[in-house]
Formats: sequence, structure tokens, C-alpha cells
Amino acid sequence: MGAHGPAKGFTRWLFTTNHKDIGSMYLWFSFAMFLLGGSFAMIIRAELFQPGLQIVEPEFFNQMTTMHGLVMVFGAIMPAFVGLANWMIPMMIGAPDMALPRMNNFSFWILPPAFTLLASTLLMEGGGPNFGWTFYAPLSTTYAPPSVTFFIFGVHIMGASSIMGAINIIATIVNMRAPGMTYMKMPLFVWTWLITAFLLVAVMPVLAGAVTMMLMDIHFGTSFFNAAGGGDPVLFQHVFWFFGHPEVYIIILPGFGVVSQIIPTFSRKPLFGYDSMVYATAAIAFLSFVVWAHHMFTVGMPIAGELFFMYATMLIAVPTAAKVFNWITTMFKGSLTFETPMLFSIAFVFLFTVGGFTGMMLAIAPADFQYHDSYFVVAHFHYTMVAGAIFSMSAAVYYWLPKWTGKMYNETMGKAHFWISFVGFNLTFFPQHFVGLAGMPRRIPDYNLAFADFNMMSSIGAFIYGASQLLFLFNVVRTITHGKPTSDPKVWEGAQGLEWTVATPAPYHTFTTPPDAKDVEKHG
Amino acid sequence: MANDVNKGIAVTTAKLVVVTGLMFAFVFVVMVPLYDVLCDALGINGKTSGERYRVAESSIDESRTVKVVFVASFNEDMPWEFKPNITSVRVHPGEAKAVTYFAKNPEGHDMIAQAIPSVVPSRAAQYFHKTECFCFNQQPLEAGAEADLGLQFIVDRDLPKDINTITLSYTIFDVTNKFENDTAPAAEKASVKQATVQQPNNGET
Repeated sequence: MGAHGPAKGFTRWLFTTNHKDIGSMYLWFSFAMFLLGGSFAMIIRAELFQPGLQIVEPEFFNQMTTMHGLVMVFGAIMPAFVGLANWMIPMMIGAPDMALPRMNNFSFWILPPAFTLLASTLLMEGGGPNFGWTFYAPLSTTYAPPSVTFFIFGVHIMGASSIMGAINIIATIVNMRAPGMTYMKMPLFVWTWLITAFLLVAVMPVLAGAVTMMLMDIHFGTSFFNAAGGGDPVLFQHVFWFFGHPEVYIIILPGFGVVSQIIPTFSRKPLFGYDSMVYATAAIAFLSFVVWAHHMFTVGMPIAGELFFMYATMLIAVPTAAKVFNWITTMFKGSLTFETPMLFSIAFVFLFTVGGFTGMMLAIAPADFQYHDSYFVVAHFHYTMVAGAIFSMSAAVYYWLPKWTGKMYNETMGKAHFWISFVGFNLTFFPQHFVGLAGMPRRIPDYNLAFADFNMMSSIGAFIYGASQLLFLFNVVRTITHGKPTSDPKVWEGAQGLEWTVATPAPYHTFTTPPDAKDVEKHG
Repeated sequence: MANDVNKGIAVTTAKLVVVTGLMFAFVFVVMVPLYDVLCDALGINGKTSGERYRVAESSIDESRTVKVVFVASFNEDMPWEFKPNITSVRVHPGEAKAVTYFAKNPEGHDMIAQAIPSVVPSRAAQYFHKTECFCFNQQPLEAGAEADLGLQFIVDRDLPKDINTITLSYTIFDVTNKFENDTAPAAEKASVKQATVQQPNNGET
């Protein structure tokens, strides 16, 4: 078989084509970006701790809100799930590696330069991007700081990276499943990633098109978004959200997959409604292409447009509710235990549903005129992004860490991380619903005195939540260096799936000969 | 077996690369033109047609009158004086009407401007026809020069009955830089384009 271990030294990481190495690099990189984006959030919350201007200038505050969003979406959440896909998809479908290992290396290694480029704009004359992560024209064209060109180039690179990652994942899943691993037997994490990858291939080029048009407007005299030349700034919003709405499902669908693996394990029951989970995921992905204008109810659309996008958006609640129902029913009458991954997964189901409900409120076009661009929107999407994507990502790390490292994490510390995160998160974002409904606008460094108490609570919660992530980092590092060794292939007694049939820790090469997956049952 | 897998990977990858290319092209060749077509066709966004309207029939609906209000505004640092010579007129649907806007370039250098129209309520945009408009062209004015800019319009007889007032707004933009690279000197360009800066010919329609 000629199995050999990893190369020695730093070049191992530079030249590796091993899916586990690349997965690890993605995960560490995304965690670094998570801390960077988090530190931007801390600056925002420190400034908003009290009304008035205390710590930073408004211009810098704008750069912080923008960079926080960009770094978290493109640097933390998306690469984190790509890293997880790299590690787990080959092991879950019985493949020896990803389909395109060299491209895999490339798609990771262009990310650090892209984010160095993006972060370096903060040090440039005129400052970094200050137009919000949605970079609406003309704020991002006519009125943009000179560094916007670096931002555009950075987005192009990270878009290319995402597209390559997505192509790799689809090629792997379509061609490299073990004999007997039919589509309808694939673990749900694999299913959700397959659908996510198709969304990425469909919409990342649209994002590339949007920033290319910006580039041309700024430097080459075109007028896509400039009314003086016959263009239209509203066109930018249509193009951006045609990318942007599928993007929010790109962020959340892999998280759906993760909790669909974890909840059955700790309920010791097969996932309820596997088929409906697959169809619901596909339905959500399909609908995500026809709801984009619900982000733009206030631009002056005709009433027919408002109604169409309102009803289409509400329709998404149906498949999403089917998924929530299935997770709850999986737990129903199960023999539940509450290890850290399960705690994060249950919190995910609960808090993501809260975010879904506020999403329904925002979908009501006439009501949206009040909620639009208020803190209510901020609260809504942090319930889906943080309690959705980040909580499910934390759950995934705790769940598979013993398999990756052969060491058990400290359960007490893990639970402490969960409870501090849970309290900190809710303290941060729940009050933002109230100040938002009362009229506090987003992306503004100062606010009315009436919002002072809730904002102070929010800031304290944010500091608690931020600190709890350092505990997470400590726990993971401590596990790698001092964790209790475990060699049980099936780390969790209720776990199902091919990844639990290989040795613990997972050897450098797995499934060099395909396993027989004929007996694999449909599982989470 | 291994060859089959490799071939499958190559085919899948090739297909996905094509999809990526198509989606990138989709933005430019479908989304942008489609947006303009939809805005024109539905008259949404308050955009009026940039084309000269050809009158098909000339009967006038004297049973009602519509008030047309004229508004002018400036983009960012546009230094021109720009305003309608009359702020509103009453017209019968189907009746051709001519009005003028006043423009003056107070700067010490030649400038070129572009006026962008917008109609409120936006539903009325598709019923507001311009047979002659200074907004169809760029407007050059030499340093210190002033001009009356002509506009002739017809409100369509099919205008919904509940619309009694139409507001026509022009925002004027400085587009001098767009012509900086032209080989022709500014004065020559101005004289070439001077033809558009004149009173509309009332007999034309």
C-alpha cells in the first residue's frame, strides 16, 4: 500500500495536497480571521457602550462595521466550512482524498494574500472600505476611499478561492463515493455541502461581476451605477443581492448539515425524516434565487414586486420549518446526553428559529419600512449567522476534534465555553431587537440617550461572548497538547457513519481502498 | 476503475468551469440589459424614455386636465444655475406643450452637463412622452454663457384617471470630465452641440 506520513518542516504545509492538512489550514486560518473580525466588533461595541463619541472617529467606526462584516463572512465563516468539508467529506463518503488536490492547495493559499490585502487597506491613506459590507454604489464607487481598488482585488481573489473550493467539493462528491454510497445514503453534511457548492458556483461569479462593474465605473469611465451616464445605483443592489441572498444560505446550509449529524448521535436515534431533509435543503437553495429583492423593499419597487418578494420569502419558512421539526422529532423520546457538541446543536436549533421568526417579520413588506436598516436587522442576522453558523461550527469542532487529534477535549471547559457563549450571545443581541424596533439605526456610532441601557447590556454581552472564544481557543490547543488520548474509532457511542470506522486519530491517509458502503444505513 | 473516476472528475470540473464562466457573463449580458429593459417597459423607477416620442394620433382629451410640475436639482458639486422658467402647467392629455428650463454656467471655463429626468409618481413615467428634450443630449455651455433649454411633451390619453399631478424632475450632472479625452477642443464641441440648445420647434409635431 505504500502508506507514508506527512513531509517534514514548513514546506509540508506549503506544498501539501492532503485533504486533512488543507482542512486544518482552512480551520486555523478561519479562526484567525474570526478573532480579527471579532476584535473589530469589540471596537464597535466599545464605542457604542455609551452614547456620544468616545473612542473612535465616525470615519473609523464606518471602516470597523464594514471590515467586521467582510472578514466574518468571507474570512471566518466560509473558509471554516470549507475546511470542515475538506476534512470530513472524503472520510464520510469513503474517498481517499479530494478530487482535485493541487487545486485544493491553491484555493487555500490564495486566501491569506487576499485578506492581507483587505486588512492592509486600514493602514492606507483615506482608510479602508467604509461603505458597509454590502458596498452599495455610489458609496463604494463615487464616494469610496482610494483603497477601494484593493478591496475589489481582494474580493476577486477570495471569490476565485470559493469557486475552486466548490468545484472541488462537487467533483469529489459526484465521482468519488465508495461503492454502495448512493446519493440518498450520503450523510446530510455531505448533502448540504453539495447543494451549497452549487450555490457557490452559481453566485460567486455574480459577485465577481458586481465588483468588476464597480472597478470599471471607478477607473474606466463606464456608468453601470452612475445616473449621470445613464446607469442606475439601484442596479447595483439587484446584482449584489442576487449574489447576497444565496450567500446567506451558503453560510447556513453546512451548519444545517453539521447539526443533522450531531443531534442523532447524542439522541441515539437515526435522524427523523432524512429524505425530507434533503428535499428541504434543495427547496431552500432553489427559493434563495427568487427572494433577493426583500433586502430592497424601500428602494421604490412596484407593488407587484413587493408582493412577489414578500410571499416568496415567506415560502422559505416552509422547508426551514420542516428541518426544525425533524431535528426536534429526532430528539423526541431519544436517550439524550448533553455533551458540548449537543449543547451547541440544541442552542443552534433554538436560536436559529428565533432568527427565522424575526426574518418572517422582516419579510412583511409594509412592516419592513419600519425595520429597514435598524438594529432589528442586526439582531436578526446575528441570530442566524452567529447562533446559526458559528454555533454549529463550534459544535462541529468539539464533535470531530477527538477524531482529528486522537485526544479528548476537556468537557468541563467545553461546557463552560458553551454557557458563557450562550449567555453572552443573547445578552448582546436580544436587546438589539428592542432598540431596533424603537428606531435605532445600524452603522451609526452615536445614538439617542433613550437607547443607552440596552446598548450597555449589548456591549457587556459582546465582551463576554468575545472572551469565551479565547476559552475555546485555549481548550482546543490544550486538547492537542495535553488532551486525554483516545483510540476508540467510534468516539461517541451513538455516532454513525464511515468517518467513525477509521482509526482514531484519523491516519494521514484514509480509504486508500474504498470501503464497502452497501451496509451503511441512511443516517444523519 | 481509477481511470473512470479521473475521467468523471475531469468532466464534472469542465462542466462547472463552463457554468462559472456563464454566470459571470450572465451579469453583463443578461442582468444589466434586462434591468434597463424592465425599467423601460414597466415605467418603474420613474425613468422616462430616452427616445424622442413619435406622435401616432393627435386627438386631445379635453374632459380632464393634468397638472405637470417642474423641479430641478443638482448633483454633488454642479455649480450651474438651473431652474424651470415656469414651475407648473395644466395640460389636457394628448395636448403637446412646450416649456423651457434656464441654465447658466457661472464658472470661468467651458462645461458640459447632462440632465437626468425622473417622474413621480413612477407609474406615470410610461404615460409621459417627450417629443423634444434637452435631456436627450449633453448640454455644453461656454464660460459664463446662459441658455434656455427646450422641452416639449405630451401626456398620454391613457394616463390612469387617478393621477392628477405629475412631477417632472431633472437632476443636472457635470460630465465635463467624460469628454476630457476627446480630441476636439471644447469650444468646437460646444458649437457642434449648440444645435440642441434652442427652443423646440413647435411646428415639428
